[in-house]
Amino acid sequence: MGAEQIEAVAAVARRTLPAEGVIDDRTRLRTYECDGLAHYRVTPALVVIPEDAEQLGAVVAACAEHGVPYVARGSGTGLSGGALPHAEGVLVVTSRMREILEVRREDQRALVEPGVINLDVTKAASGDGYYYAPDPSSQQICSIGGNVAENSGGAHCLKYGFTANHVAAADFVAPDGETVRLGTTAPDAPGYDLLGAVIGSEGTLGIVTTVEVKLTRLPQDVRTLLVGFESTDQAGAATSAIIAAGIVPAAIEMMDALAIEAAEAAVSCGYPDGAGAVLVIELDGSTADVDAEFDDVERMCRDNGAFEIRVATDPTERALIWKGRKSAFAAVGRISPDYIVQDGVIPRTALPEVLTAIDELSRSSGVRVANVFHAGDGNLHPLVLFDDAVEGAGEAAEKVSGAILDLCIEHGGSITGEHGVGMDKAKYMPRMYSDEDLDTMQLVRCAFDPAGISNPGKLFPTPRLCGEVPGRHKGPHPLQAAGLAEVF
Amino acid sequence: MTTQAGHAASVDTGAREALGSACAEVRDATEADAVDGVAPALVARPGSVDEVAEVVRAAAAHRLRVVPRGAGTKLTWGHAPSGVDVLLDLGGLDRVTDHAAGDLIVAAQAGTPLARLQETTATEGQRLTLDETVPGSTIGGILATNASGARRTAVGSARDLLIGITMVRHDGIVAKAGGRVVKNVAGYDLGKLLIGSMGTLGVVVDATFRLHPLPAASRWVTARADSPARAMELAQAAVHGQVVPAAVEVGWEAGAGTVSVLLEGRESGVQGRVDDLSPLLGGDVEVGEEPPAQGATYPWDTAATGDDRATALKVTFALSGLADVLATLEGSPAVLRGSAGSGVVYAALPSSTPVAEASALVDRLRATTTRHGGATVVVDAPAAVKDAVDVWGPVPALALMRRVKDQFDPDHRLSPGRYVGGM
Repeated sequence: MGAEQIEAVAAVARRTLPAEGVIDDRTRLRTYECDGLAHYRVTPALVVIPEDAEQLGAVVAACAEHGVPYVARGSGTGLSGGALPHAEGVLVVTSRMREILEVRREDQRALVEPGVINLDVTKAASGDGYYYAPDPSSQQICSIGGNVAENSGGAHCLKYGFTANHVAAADFVAPDGETVRLGTTAPDAPGYDLLGAVIGSEGTLGIVTTVEVKLTRLPQDVRTLLVGFESTDQAGAATSAIIAAGIVPAAIEMMDALAIEAAEAAVSCGYPDGAGAVLVIELDGSTADVDAEFDDVERMCRDNGAFEIRVATDPTERALIWKGRKSAFAAVGRISPDYIVQDGVIPRTALPEVLTAIDELSRSSGVRVANVFHAGDGNLHPLVLFDDAVEGAGEAAEKVSGAILDLCIEHGGSITGEHGVGMDKAKYMPRMYSDEDLDTMQLVRCAFDPAGISNPGKLFPTPRLCGEVPGRHKGPHPLQAAGLAEVF
Repeated sequence: MTTQAGHAASVDTGAREALGSACAEVRDATEADAVDGVAPALVARPGSVDEVAEVVRAAAAHRLRVVPRGAGTKLTWGHAPSGVDVLLDLGGLDRVTDHAAGDLIVAAQAGTPLARLQETTATEGQRLTLDETVPGSTIGGILATNASGARRTAVGSARDLLIGITMVRHDGIVAKAGGRVVKNVAGYDLGKLLIGSMGTLGVVVDATFRLHPLPAASRWVTARADSPARAMELAQAAVHGQVVPAAVEVGWEAGAGTVSVLLEGRESGVQGRVDDLSPLLGGDVEVGEEPPAQGATYPWDTAATGDDRATALKVTFALSGLADVLATLEGSPAVLRGSAGSGVVYAALPSSTPVAEASALVDRLRATTTRHGGATVVVDAPAAVKDAVDVWGPVPALALMRRVKDQFDPDHRLSPGRYVGGM
């Protein structure tokens, strides 16, 4: 990839976009060098900030024509380096495509641009009694386009599902620069569910330019409980009892003692004193249902050793309970100079075993681990604490963090529940999937992006060069032969 | 009906031997094995995933066209295949392979009847929230056709419940995607691509789903509607109320019908919601534990074959399009039923309907549903109707879909011709 190709794309961008939408100044380019996973840093060759789908499509088409890689970026809050720029590529930033185009209560849909902030969709719909269900902890700043790329979840996906369950359709710029509509307002659009493949593909299949999201009716009643236990074992047992009773709460979140300590230090959320673990449990639905479930949940918590149960009686108290949980990642900064946010999934029933194993890992390595997780669906977010000023501490923390992922895989889980694979975990993919599995996923990649220019180097450890049609052509790929594509 | 002899000749001895050594159970096809009138030469009935892979590999080596079959309840959906050499009978893969009640997941082989899976999960008070729209349907068949029923309003369809999948590729390679945990964003979601793909991308052999608790109580609340506008008012009242409907069904025939709302959950909660909902539906409602007469099933006779089949349509639309969809049926003998709560309904024209009339209704419905953000697909129909109409209708992004097909099935040997764009 040469400066000449980049310059060709830049020329198209300057012709198509307003001047402030094209950044090629070295100093300003550096402000885009990382996303939410700040220890990976790459300065892009060019940054473009289109105002609409047409401008964005023109830039991608130019990238396709000149064989220049590009990376899409929303708010840059991703935690796996999925929006890490390419040193010889273009960073396409969607932050100026931030309009909510329509809210249609009668269809339970909203049409939004990809740069729209997640929480703003809910704000726009709440007057009609609706909200946008996926609620990642970063929902005040993360964008819908980023959510689509990562198939973002959140605390409430236990009951309501992920981004993939809440997107009906999207306008999509494929890596050849063509814009196509994927899906329809109605479910079950005829033809392959390409939208289903695109959601969660981490920007490796293309970029969405408008997203039609599903809106969910606000519940009649919400009840939020904060429950203190002496140990994570007790909290885990209570969680199991609730699920076994056939109750699907909107959320069940757990924090251990160290995570509680951090949250207290940061936001003074007033969690129960001396708790070895807390559960945040939220029930929602009709008042009649919530009343009935509430009594059962309260009893099951007490039966499993809860020593304190607080119930939010108004939105302020509810917000305070959630504040401790949602600020947990950032709060850890109060008790440790550096930390790694891990994201792994286990079958929920393996929780006690895996927590014990994490504890042993922590003891034997001397690396502290604070545990925050979505207990209802087994999504762990261990926070591995270290001090980078101490020699070898970073490596030791990395090792513990990786060992936790191994635990997840051993227990039949996943290496990521919501943060994505990105740059960070591509090397772990072969531990979870066979070569055949990964090769089959590459077929999708090759269909959408045969030249491999859309967010290359992410998600897969050793992507192959796409053959024209497997078994029909031999020898080097024509693009490779022409020097237009690399093997990545 | 084509005779088997003519087709059997197209599979040479070498291919026959290769299949025979791949799979213990290979036989000549009979007339009963025809796929919408197209007779295969051979039927292979593997007993394991490995055998499926061997059969598909042997078929690839001999360039044989393969159509997978579960219980065969929806095998005539879509176009008839352009040709079949091997009918891959997955009835031998009929085990529930995993039910982890504490984790609310179940896994089953493709040939497992949904009803059997439900028996297994019910022992722990759980269910896979997919309706059995045709009796006998298997997991693989439901995925291949993306069949769904009334309960999709609350929890969605197969794409919202499937969490892991194992497939056999066109070349006999076995590949997995997803896993056995609900929350998992590692890698591409191949399951979503396979759902509704009519066996054209690969052979699904095993699938893992998330489960829900079986509700302790359920009630259907039904109101009558004498105009399309009134039906839509009722459906809108149901979805905008805070009663968490499990289903909002509409039934429509000869200019009138019903809207029925299913409420599920705990007894006290359901009773409370019935009380909340009734006035929203105008007060004059019937409440019962059974679905309304003929409710929540396809409006056609799923056992009918050949020219006795109804012209069966799948009609989708944004929720605000319901009144226009119903009005479009005016003057036609069509019977309509389906999910007004999710915008997916089904219409049936009797087999006796003249082809021109069936074709005209498809055109009219297509115009209406396109205007309302949906589509009209001819799910099944007598051959004369399938020949006369555009079965799948216009499909955006078809070029990209062809590239996906070319990657997954470069020789176009898997269920050839059944799907959109002749794929």
